[in-house]
Amino acid sequence: MTVLGNLALWLALLVGVWGALAGFVGGRPGRPDLAHSARRAVFAMCGALLVAVFALEWALFQHDFNVEYVAAYTSRNLPIFYTWSALYAGQKGSLLFWATVLSVFGSLALVLTPRRHAELLPTVAGVVSLVASFFISVMLFGHANPFQRLRYTPLDGSGLNPQLQNPGMVFHPPMLYLGYISITIPFAFAIAALLSKRLDADWLVAIRKWTLLSWLFLSIGICLGMWWAYVELGWGGYWAWDPVENASLLPWLTMTAFLHSVMVQEKRGMLKKWNLALIIGSWLLSIFGTFITRSGVISSVHSFTQSSVGYFFLAFLLVAAAASFTLYATRLPLLTAETRLESMVSREASFLFNNLLFIGIAFSVLWGTLFPILSELVQGTKVTVGPPFFNQVNVPLGLALLALTGIGPLIAWRRASLPNLRRQFAVPATAGGFTLLVLLVGGMRDFYALLAIALGGFVTATIVQEFARGTRARHRQYGEAYALALARLLARNRRRYGGYIVHTGMVILFVAFAGMAFKTETEATLRPGESVSLRSPYGHTYTLTHLGISQYDALNRQITAATVEVRRNGKPIGFLTPEKRQHVDGLGRPTFQPSTEPAIMSMLREDLYGVLGGTVAGTEQAVFRFTINPLVWWVWYGGMIVAVGGLIVMWPGGSPAARRAQAGYAVRLVGEEGKA
Amino acid sequence: MTRRQDATLQVSRRDFLTLGAGSLLGVVASWRPVTLQSPDSLPGTGPSGRLWDPARAGRSLPPVTAADNDAAIQVIEKQIHCTCGCNLDVYTCRTTDFSCTVSPAMHQRVLTLAQQGRSGQQIIDQFVRENGIAILMAPPKRGFNLAGYFVPSVAIVVAGVALTLVLRRWVRAAQPGAVAAPRGDADATPEELARLRRELERLPS
Repeated sequence: MTVLGNLALWLALLVGVWGALAGFVGGRPGRPDLAHSARRAVFAMCGALLVAVFALEWALFQHDFNVEYVAAYTSRNLPIFYTWSALYAGQKGSLLFWATVLSVFGSLALVLTPRRHAELLPTVAGVVSLVASFFISVMLFGHANPFQRLRYTPLDGSGLNPQLQNPGMVFHPPMLYLGYISITIPFAFAIAALLSKRLDADWLVAIRKWTLLSWLFLSIGICLGMWWAYVELGWGGYWAWDPVENASLLPWLTMTAFLHSVMVQEKRGMLKKWNLALIIGSWLLSIFGTFITRSGVISSVHSFTQSSVGYFFLAFLLVAAAASFTLYATRLPLLTAETRLESMVSREASFLFNNLLFIGIAFSVLWGTLFPILSELVQGTKVTVGPPFFNQVNVPLGLALLALTGIGPLIAWRRASLPNLRRQFAVPATAGGFTLLVLLVGGMRDFYALLAIALGGFVTATIVQEFARGTRARHRQYGEAYALALARLLARNRRRYGGYIVHTGMVILFVAFAGMAFKTETEATLRPGESVSLRSPYGHTYTLTHLGISQYDALNRQITAATVEVRRNGKPIGFLTPEKRQHVDGLGRPTFQPSTEPAIMSMLREDLYGVLGGTVAGTEQAVFRFTINPLVWWVWYGGMIVAVGGLIVMWPGGSPAARRAQAGYAVRLVGEEGKA
Repeated sequence: MTRRQDATLQVSRRDFLTLGAGSLLGVVASWRPVTLQSPDSLPGTGPSGRLWDPARAGRSLPPVTAADNDAAIQVIEKQIHCTCGCNLDVYTCRTTDFSCTVSPAMHQRVLTLAQQGRSGQQIIDQFVRENGIAILMAPPKRGFNLAGYFVPSVAIVVAGVALTLVLRRWVRAAQPGAVAAPRGDADATPEELARLRRELERLPS
């Protein structure tokens, strides 16, 4: 099967190179034969890569430990679930996964894109083929071939890193990959639009679903990564500003900026240059993220994918950036706005400031991530840039963004009058002020937490007001019952009201982040029967009693579990069973250092988080760390609401003619006005 | 009580009742609140039993002391970067990855310096002298490092000012050819609204 896998890779490379050449040449008028060939090349490359994936999965499931990748990431007793996910657990497999998914997305884009965009498709095929060919080249020429064989066959493999043996890790990396990879499709359309000089709003219509899809995958991937870090790593938090976490946040920020600014182009024909730059920048940041993850140039906890292939990515990144922005620069004269900004106090202007903050946060994250390298170049000393730095710089910016989330929807398009502003802001501003007052009276004094929750109140009131007005308007106009009017409001204006649901999720996330300001933790050594008490920020007292330790085998691991009884204000509410896990291979040999498995008791207001550090002198006397993390469940709820909102926004609906008409309507309207 | 040929016991009623009463008395006499763990077999270590296989639980840890939970010590340790490669601060590393031997050693160093009467800043300075500024979780705010802290904020402020100026220019440029000002609450002129209505009527339902 590895021979088949290797052959498939080589075939995919050859077809991919041809597809790239045919695509770029076929994108010009007069060569429909090459355009067709490029399209078929993407399908053929996709087929060849799927065969390679099948060959690697076959080797994984057959425990063919003569294949270096199989021996490095699996063992005979690895559960099937994780044997499957070993496909993308290592550097080489994830490159194959990346190239394959890209070719699948490319094929889907070629099949699903309506015919009216057919002129762009050969170049789209060319870009997809080129990028996929690069990934295949890295595998074949960068010592990253997943089918490479060993000179000997080990009795068993090394097994999968225990931290990756978690359901979150089965879904988190592919979701992030899907987000990163799918950005290539809007990027390919942008390049096609630039090359063909068809720079009207049409290419934006073609990529709308793809940009939303990328954003949705990135959002879900980031949230799953936070959940995995929380339930698996044991440090009691979900975001540590690790360079690899930052790398996933960067394209998310720029894509979110794009999703806002593209509305200005669709409605008013403005910001064409900016939107193109955002798409190109987002794609480059996705490649930058890959470079960071795989190069080891910046120290990161995600060290399991570091290798020299990072420098292939750096070279590709630089060449791609130079080529894309050169092309962009040559087309700048064609990217003039169709209308002018009429007022500083308008929705358009607020979107621009919203974009300024998104890009500002992206810049500060990028700056902080790269500052150690910069410092080494300038000062000769590599400094550490950890959470204190990022929090200091980004928390105020994030709160300003939260404020704009509420302000933006309250300001009218084109021009907002003073009476209009007064009417729009009255309820939300009162709600924000009232929230702040309640918190201050309740005794909260943490500045950022106060601000985050008060702004949360303001934005929530904005959203409720928007839904209430829309529902009332439908009720008045069509005589619909309020519930029906609300449902139809959402169904008929998915983009707008789905966006508000995303905003609701973001508010919940910000409030939940603020909750971590009140985290409480303690370390304790307890003998069986001994207790430790912990006071929650809500005033409860938790009493944690160590009952004893049990040891047993499960699947591919030997478990040492402590049982801790939890009482709140003296009443028993359950048990925590934190574990130490010693993973073993099929022959019972230890494969990694013993790892910790936290126990979490999740409640609506707070989580009780217990970690078994270890035992004292081989006895049941154990070292624990207990943490009370307020509002953590709301991080996951917020993430889910963001995902649901995103799905509502991108859910297909209405006829293509209606969508097209909506997309360019405002621009045409103003254009006609100008002519009249 | 007599034993039969087939090895079963024949119990008289009196014997049975005596045995039952004795058992009941024994249970009552030995009654006390249920303990969570039977008395320990290890003298001097309290009610703890030995683990069946201690190696499975990782390396043995020393008991936690009051100094380990000292908030002042934690504040110091959260500013010091663990050098094991984990990218975490000393406090987080030593209370998370209990297999790490570097962060406990750094923690001991902090405790030793604290016991010598040094302040938090003096302890941090000592770590910097011994390991360089990379030992800090965030670079000190001096020299080139100031750029690290202020470039993003300055860039955003400059971009914000520039954006405001550009927008003002755009607004001024748009004013001569501007369409009629919108009425109070509406975002569109009556002509636009009429055209919008016509366009909407043309759309397929």
